[in-house]
Amino acid sequence: MGFLTAGIIRTALEVGLIYGLVALSLFISFSILDICDLSTDGCYTLGCAVGAMVTIAGHPLLGILCAMGAGVCSGFVTAFLQTRLGVQSILAGIIVNTGLYTINLAVMGFSSNVSIFGTDTVFSLFGSLSESDFWKDWSDLILLALILLAVGTFIYWFLGTRLGLSIRATGDSLAMVRASSINPALMITIGLCFSGSLTALAGCLVGQFNKTCDINLGTGMVTIALASLVIGETLTGRGRIPVRIAGVVLGSCLYRLIISIALRLNVPTEAFKLVSALIVAVAIAAPEARKLIAARGRQLSHKRTS
Amino acid sequence: MLRIENVSKTFNPGTVNEKKALDHLSLHLLPGDFATIVGSNGAGKSTMFNAIAGTFLADEGTILLGGEDITFRPEHIRSRTIGRLFQDPLMGTAPHMTIEENLAVAYLRASGRSSVFSRISRKDRAFFRDQLSLLDMGLEDRMSQPVGLLSGGQRQALTLLMATVVTPRILLLDEHTAALDPATAAKVLELTRTIVAERSITCLMVTHNMHQALEMGNRTIMMNAGRIVLDVAGTEREGMTVEDLLRRFAAGAGKAFDNDRILLSTEEGI
Ligand SMILES: Nc1ncnc2c1ncn2[C@@H]1O[C@H](COP(=O)(O)OP(=O)(O)OP(=O)(O)O)[C@@H](O)[C@H]1O
Ligand SMILES: [Mg+2]
Repeated sequence: MGFLTAGIIRTALEVGLIYGLVALSLFISFSILDICDLSTDGCYTLGCAVGAMVTIAGHPLLGILCAMGAGVCSGFVTAFLQTRLGVQSILAGIIVNTGLYTINLAVMGFSSNVSIFGTDTVFSLFGSLSESDFWKDWSDLILLALILLAVGTFIYWFLGTRLGLSIRATGDSLAMVRASSINPALMITIGLCFSGSLTALAGCLVGQFNKTCDINLGTGMVTIALASLVIGETLTGRGRIPVRIAGVVLGSCLYRLIISIALRLNVPTEAFKLVSALIVAVAIAAPEARKLIAARGRQLSHKRTS
Repeated sequence: MLRIENVSKTFNPGTVNEKKALDHLSLHLLPGDFATIVGSNGAGKSTMFNAIAGTFLADEGTILLGGEDITFRPEHIRSRTIGRLFQDPLMGTAPHMTIEENLAVAYLRASGRSSVFSRISRKDRAFFRDQLSLLDMGLEDRMSQPVGLLSGGQRQALTLLMATVVTPRILLLDEHTAALDPATAAKVLELTRTIVAERSITCLMVTHNMHQALEMGNRTIMMNAGRIVLDVAGTEREGMTVEDLLRRFAAGAGKAFDNDRILLSTEEGI
């Protein structure tokens, strides 16, 4: 078992699950609402920074709530820009992302790096529930799996409520929504606030997990999350909502596993972005490629018989 | 029921593309009135519907619906009491949501704000099933299928149901059968006739078919250049032929009727 040890797989799954939250956030903004929200990077760092500062003050659980609250605010500003002030959605995300850089610095007391030392985190609290060796190794993963299960179930439940249905309809057919009694601006706002809270939650968890927060933590996060989302949607298609939610989380874990394998194959760190880009391209192209191969196969057998 | 007073709308004012789409238009509809609307291309029929539904704010004039002044109400508030069908059958429904979910969204008009966190109940489901069976298209057995799998005619019938599942004060039909094949169009028209008659819904229907315009409803309105040039009802309308209508239009508008789609469709029934 030299190539992929349990430890490597475990770490891949842990990170995969955290990133899965960001992928779920994009699932709501990108897949459900059909909005390209590029404020992810900044919002992720915001969650980490807010969470870290509150955790350092000795309140890891409160830190999670504060981080999610900050994420809601970030989502609200993005939504406000596009629904009330008519800024294009991509631009709105970029503007918020840029503004958040300064805000994140301010939250971290104008230092580009803070460390969480001497206080508990949700992971250390959960890990102290038992002394066994098994628990020492796996408690982090179990906690994350529980969080993901809770979030996934909540999203499933939420999207089945009348409010959730209205949000889905807003992303699916704007004309229909305007002809029904739904206020699309309000739906976009609620959706983006929810999506922002998930991104910030992921940031907060990663901060407590690594016991550190860096101002550049979120850079490239939107690409990673998009990759996970695309892999997930390729796996499950546009089927039923619970299957899609599970697919997104699975896609995120799969993505991290591929990255771990690449690491084990000694792919140099500089080449990582290229590997990521390749994974995304392959995931997007997979369904078309399958069709192409099928068509080519039929063509060949056709020639043979005639 | 509906009272439009002196409503005007100019698109792109002050530019070379300036276009006066509604020109001091007034229209009164009594409760239960079912008026058909015909007019040349660009006469302002769809624009009038958009003004009623609140897609834009009229430049001047007032609009009253059921005695309430709705001139400045936002679109989503107005749509609580306005049902709307578009020419494109794909527009009125959400393709990736199931039939049941689409109906639930339309049915929100009735349940209002109080129950935003409630899910579709068994009672709702039974109600939707009853309603769908009225369409007689077998949709009641496909309630958990995405709407994108339905044919254009089925989608338009479903949209009609969604627009009327909570009886609206007014139903706006903008050439809602124009994109359907003749047999399906006849079927959707028949449904329209039954639903509107059964609940005596006040209704405006744009059509490009002159026979339809005279045969459906109790009133026929002709529009040209953002104005109503002819409005007939009662005994005057009963004896009218398509030729009479075209002649009256020419007299009112000062020019011949020029709607390419109408010229193609005056002969046959659909
Ligand atoms: N959003 C808009 N911006 C600019 N001009 C518009 C807009 N909507 C409509 N118009 C113009 O207003 C005029 C009336 O258009 P409208 O769509 O109401 O015509 P219509 O009577 O529905 O015609 P048709 O029979 O072709 O559907 C047209 O000249 C059209 O170009
Ligand atoms: Mg039109």
